[in-house]
Amino acid sequence: MFGYYFDLALRSLKRNKALTALMVLAIALGIGASMTTLTVLHVLSGDPLPGRSGSLYYPQIDPRESQGYLPGKTDPMDQMTWIDGMNLLQAKRADQQALMTGGSVAVQPDNSTLDPFYQTARYTTSGFFPMFGVPFEYGHGWGDAEDDAHARVAVISSQFNDKVFGGGDSTGKTLRLDGEAFRVVGVIGDWNPNPHFYDLNRKSYNENEGVFVPLSTSQDLGMIHDGSVNCWGNGGGGNTPDHNSPCVWLQFWVQLDSPSKAAAYKEFLVNYSAQQKALGRFGRPPNVQLRNVMQWLDYNMVVPDDVRLQTGLAFGFLLVCLVNTVGLMLAKFLRRAGELGVRRALGASRSALFAQLLVESGVVGLVGGMGGLLLALIGLWLVRRQPAEYAPLAHLDPVMLLITFLLALGASLLAGLLPAWRACQVTPALQLKSN
Amino acid sequence: MKLHPMIAALRRHKAGVVLIALQIALTLAIVCNAVFIIGQRVQRVNRPTGLDEQNLYLVTQQWVGAPTGDDADSIQKMDAMQREDLAALRAMPDVASVTPTNSLPLLNQSSNGAMSLAADAKLLDGNARTTYYFGDENFVRTLGLHLVAGRDFNAGDVTNKGFRNTSEPAVVIVTKALADKLFPKGDAVGKIVYLDGSGTPTTIIGVVERLQVPSTGSWAGTFAWNATIEPVRLNGNFSSYAVRAKPGRLLAAMKTTTPLLYKVNPLRVLDDDSVKSFADIRSDAYRADVGMAALMGVICLILLGVTAAGIVGLTSFWVGQRHRQIGVRRALGARKVDILHYFQMENLLIAGIGAVVGVALAIGLNLLLMQHYEMDRMPVLYVLAGVVVVLLLGQGAVFSPARRASNVPPVVATRAA
Repeated sequence: MFGYYFDLALRSLKRNKALTALMVLAIALGIGASMTTLTVLHVLSGDPLPGRSGSLYYPQIDPRESQGYLPGKTDPMDQMTWIDGMNLLQAKRADQQALMTGGSVAVQPDNSTLDPFYQTARYTTSGFFPMFGVPFEYGHGWGDAEDDAHARVAVISSQFNDKVFGGGDSTGKTLRLDGEAFRVVGVIGDWNPNPHFYDLNRKSYNENEGVFVPLSTSQDLGMIHDGSVNCWGNGGGGNTPDHNSPCVWLQFWVQLDSPSKAAAYKEFLVNYSAQQKALGRFGRPPNVQLRNVMQWLDYNMVVPDDVRLQTGLAFGFLLVCLVNTVGLMLAKFLRRAGELGVRRALGASRSALFAQLLVESGVVGLVGGMGGLLLALIGLWLVRRQPAEYAPLAHLDPVMLLITFLLALGASLLAGLLPAWRACQVTPALQLKSN
Repeated sequence: MKLHPMIAALRRHKAGVVLIALQIALTLAIVCNAVFIIGQRVQRVNRPTGLDEQNLYLVTQQWVGAPTGDDADSIQKMDAMQREDLAALRAMPDVASVTPTNSLPLLNQSSNGAMSLAADAKLLDGNARTTYYFGDENFVRTLGLHLVAGRDFNAGDVTNKGFRNTSEPAVVIVTKALADKLFPKGDAVGKIVYLDGSGTPTTIIGVVERLQVPSTGSWAGTFAWNATIEPVRLNGNFSSYAVRAKPGRLLAAMKTTTPLLYKVNPLRVLDDDSVKSFADIRSDAYRADVGMAALMGVICLILLGVTAAGIVGLTSFWVGQRHRQIGVRRALGARKVDILHYFQMENLLIAGIGAVVGVALAIGLNLLLMQHYEMDRMPVLYVLAGVVVVLLLGQGAVFSPARRASNVPPVVATRAA
């Protein structure tokens, strides 16, 4: 039965090629546009560290003066001061913890064919590597001892390794950063979490830090801090604030393996804030937040507004394309009232006619969906050529591929429902008579 | 022409009428809002920074092995290195003038604070938010700013300090927007202000017409034109210089800059982005806006095309369906033009209904977007223009099938169906 309906559908679609092409094109355009934007949205709002992100938390505290504080309304600071960061780090109340900030270093390769260049870098304490589950191609991260010794050690990304050392096991090699010699202790494997959740101050996506050095060492050498600095009161300014100044510019992450530990840690933050207020350092009553990775990304609204807007626009577009297809399909089906009348008169039930027409609209949807998939691939290729920082990430994954097909099929069946139902209402006697 | 028979006829095609009207309504709602967004983006991209942007470029570089301390000795060493660079750049034959600077408009690297009329105010309680630019006596001239009151800096005003030094300057130049905010009477020159809650008085000595803040982000939108220029060379192990090339010599000057600076002092790093024309800074800053506007434009065009195609398709169907009736009308004396007008009027009626619904949808969509995104209220003009466009679109789309209808010969009426 299905084969017969399929055959009928093809014949009918062939009869009016322009109309068929218009319907297929409308569905393809609608599907193509919405899948392109939906894929971008899907990629941008993804989990940067699946399986791990649920137990990683970003503590926020509020060391500002009491002025301007509205209990329950004022959000705590988005970053840490040096003093608080160090205090919380040394308290070691979490399963893992790391204090870090972003920067940029001048790299002078020994390789004389390469000119000196700047490289985005991360200055962090040793907890970074085990806590975020950073995979190593060669070597390993550094430990607490190197942090304490302000050691001149560096971990590099595999991209950076390829660029400067031509790949291979570079552990033990010497790297000149800001004019100082560093020993490479590890080369990171394929690791590039997106969004760049642990520091959203520079870029939210595709940050590609090439060099990691101990935070303590970076401070000794006056390495350039790059990111946001937020001062209050009569705080200083500058890009690398003094360690005692009332400015936040560091990120502090902790790993807490169970909800009860998270609750206990939040309690600890409240107690810490209260203690600091008693000491006169904090002007406000305890104002703390402890968000996990996804909550933190949500709070920071990392997905650009423009991307959401584009997705909305694309679905509006799909809706218009669908309404358009419903109209055209209706015209097409009603035009065949005579033929349908004959089938009814020969004994076909209404439901049989309905099924036949739905098969026809399904064929349009399938072809349109394939066209849409092709357009989505072209669309994503265009997105990747855009200068946006997230552009290189725009790829179709299997999940989105499946969604595309379901969307196309669903949409065209939906578009076929009303016309098919209307067309089934033909009165066979009337049709037979008039023809 | 009487509308009554037309409406009666449309009643027999309810589904088709509703679909076309709905499609027109949705198209109107989406296109109006998209065009409004395009308009806003274009306006944003075209706002002038206050600079004379031609022939201007920025050099950013970092010294390697420079002193890193905050002690007076290190600061003076770094200042000497900076002055050496400035002298070398100024000596270039293609260069008109040079100033050290911490940032430029649209560069999105800024140092911000607040200015108050009283001493020792808390930072956030200042009378006006402002961004700070740090330059020397050539800053105003190099950037091509227009001094509208007071005087420019002279060499005697210029001092230097380390990056982390928070002491405030004796004199500043401010933008007119900031001056008017603090001194609405327009007499800012010579007045005392306090920067960032400091207790040290600072005198405003000049006012420039316009100078945008470095940040294009929405968070800086509340003080986009409030800038303060301090006559200070900031000293750190990195520096940037704004350079004005002689007219037509921009590329030549940019090309010789990197080798020249390496010659002055080889212990530094300049990369591909270190020498950047202001035109590039501008296009980088507004890339996303331009891209969004282009995308919206393309979607609007396709949307209008799809809607027009839908109208053509459905009207063609109606023409085919009414073939015999048209023949009968023609046989009874209706002229070709009557048939043409009938279909045109019919489309106008449907499109009119769609447009009315569309206006409501467009305004609703705008309100929805205002709730979720930073968006202004859409002026009525956009909606009215949208209505005209969809009505014209309907008329354009219906013309071809309507003409075909008008060409149906009267003899059709006499033939058996």
